[in-house]
Amino acid sequence: MSCFTSKFADELIANAAYIGTPGKGILAADESTGTIGKRLASINVENVESNRRALRELLFTTPGALPCLSGVILFEETLYQKSSNGTPFVEILKSAGVLPGIKVDKGTVELAGTNGETTTQGLDGLGERCKKYYEAGARFAKWRAVLKIGQNEPSELAIHENAYGLARYAVICQENGLVPIVEPEILVDGSHDIHKCAAVTERVLAACYKALSDHHVLLEGTLLKPNMVTPGSESAKVAPEVIAEHTVRALQRTVPAAVPAIVFLSGGQSEEEATRNLNAMNQLKTKKPWFLSFSFGRALQQSTLKTWGGKEENVKKAQEAFLVRCKANSEATLGAYKGDAKLGEGAAESLHVKDYKY
Amino acid sequence: MSAFVGKYADELIKTAKYIATPGKGILAADESTGTIGKRFASINVENIESNRQALRELLFTSPGTFPCLSGVILFEETLYQKTSDGKPFVDLLMESGVIPGIKVDKGVVDLAGTNGETTTQGLDSLGTRCQEYYKAGARFAKWRAVLKIGATEPSELSIQDNAKGLARYAIICQENGLVPIVEPEILTDGSHDIKQCAAVTETVLAAVYKALNEHHVLLEGTLLKPNMVTPGSDSPKVTPEVIADYTVTALRRTVPPAVPGIVFLSGGQSEEEATLNLNAMNKLDVLKPWTLTFSFGRALQQSTLKAWAGKTENVAKAQATFLTRCKANSDATLGKYTGGASGDSAASESLYVKGYKY
Repeated sequence: MSCFTSKFADELIANAAYIGTPGKGILAADESTGTIGKRLASINVENVESNRRALRELLFTTPGALPCLSGVILFEETLYQKSSNGTPFVEILKSAGVLPGIKVDKGTVELAGTNGETTTQGLDGLGERCKKYYEAGARFAKWRAVLKIGQNEPSELAIHENAYGLARYAVICQENGLVPIVEPEILVDGSHDIHKCAAVTERVLAACYKALSDHHVLLEGTLLKPNMVTPGSESAKVAPEVIAEHTVRALQRTVPAAVPAIVFLSGGQSEEEATRNLNAMNQLKTKKPWFLSFSFGRALQQSTLKTWGGKEENVKKAQEAFLVRCKANSEATLGAYKGDAKLGEGAAESLHVKDYKY
Repeated sequence: MSAFVGKYADELIKTAKYIATPGKGILAADESTGTIGKRFASINVENIESNRQALRELLFTSPGTFPCLSGVILFEETLYQKTSDGKPFVDLLMESGVIPGIKVDKGVVDLAGTNGETTTQGLDSLGTRCQEYYKAGARFAKWRAVLKIGATEPSELSIQDNAKGLARYAIICQENGLVPIVEPEILTDGSHDIKQCAAVTETVLAAVYKALNEHHVLLEGTLLKPNMVTPGSDSPKVTPEVIADYTVTALRRTVPPAVPGIVFLSGGQSEEEATLNLNAMNKLDVLKPWTLTFSFGRALQQSTLKAWAGKTENVAKAQATFLTRCKANSDATLGKYTGGASGDSAASESLYVKGYKY
């Protein structure tokens, strides 16, 4: 085979396919300690371990939410945390049919000689770390590569470096039993139109799949986490149907049918925007040989966070807000979202942060 | 767009889609003067223009065959020939719903420093030639790149050069209104097993689609003409189901869903083998976002040639034989072929020629 034959091949294929179950998607709850600090700060909550633990417990024990999820991406600290009655989070997730995943990259660093473009680090000792995470219960991983659109960006260097970094990460994961989520995020920052975003997205994805082929990655045991194709943050917005059309076309032109599912990132979109766009894609009548779902962080948690405010007495209400978004996105994966989700506080609020750094 | 959208974009998309109509396929009748000479020699027919015209007239006027064909690839001479009562071949074909295509490459030349590997020539003034062919009625083109499997083959040089040649040819065609059939043939010669053929096919196709992306080729306006994935000619044969499984897996891993149809070459397979393999692929219960059909030369004409033997009194018999193969392959594109279309021994005769040169 062009792809290497891992002893985990069957398991990788089964897990990747499971994550692509219609009606389910991924909760990205892998904010690093620094990043979650920013979120907690926005609701005046202290960034201490007990608060980080309390937030994740709130999410993972929301009645009715876990059936909407096939996976949750965790930060390393969370992988080893427990609920207040001592049950490890990975146990709670697994017994509810939700696969635990783990963020394995170590952030971005600048590429010298470019205009602020970056590459992602984290390959050193990655194999060993993956083995440990597998033992701890993780079954998929995530690695975020970041590109931007500008006059001369993304450069060929940035595309190549990020694509080949993703490919190396992917094959190391597969050697160690973890399904790699391949995430080549193209930031929404800029005044470009949707056509430019489409062109860049197609170019970047083509480079990614060439790199994955070169590195003998088993595509049936991977997932893709791309940006949706949208106008730049400083450009006029367009309808969900337009975003759906350009996004799905870009994917048709670059993503082989062997990839079982595509789980979109939400970027700076509001909770409601992200859901509507995903819904429009699933309503589109065109060739889609991969399942289209979500891997949302901010777009699943924003109104939940605001409702919680760090207070014990708000947990129930916050969980209700979280369930609303989970159900809305679950319906969106089936093209069945009617847009009637009770909008929580901040659900329509843009989550765009210029030049967003995790 | 990442893809070049010229003035012919809509027409290219429509033509490519039509050629890929389930139940139809392509007759490759584009043998160069030299190559058809070899065929004629095998049936003791003189290689003169009137005989070449007679053979093609026999094929293009076979009753009942038009519904099985969406296109015919022609050699330049044939594009300008007429039937015996003066009707241009291209008009006859177009009126019958069969799109005329044209072979535009100028054969292969050796790549210095390699072990007999080749690249394909024909790019010089290709744009101008395409314009003339379009005026003459052609609406698609074909360019054959050739690779081989060996201890150190295909080399990276050979893969890159052939992929880039195909991409350059493809975009020039699209600029001039012709749907490019992209043909990266990996010869069956050798003692390798089917896994090796699969690995090489996946590597080659990944390189081809990367090159097409770099050259801004509109994938929706192209077709792919690959080899089936089989054991080498010196290796034991396997069943059609095994060939189908490896072939479709390789295509699912490399060919973007935007490509409307895949039209297989028959290589050295016998008429019956080629049909059975195509049929097995269409019966395979797996998601295939492109139609799988045929672009057969020898595997459609072999027994017809023998039945004709250059004699006018054999024309009706030869045409009936041709109809049998057309119907068999039409059925195979729908997974409906039940085998044994003709008791003719010629249908089972291997058409393998070692080191085959057109």
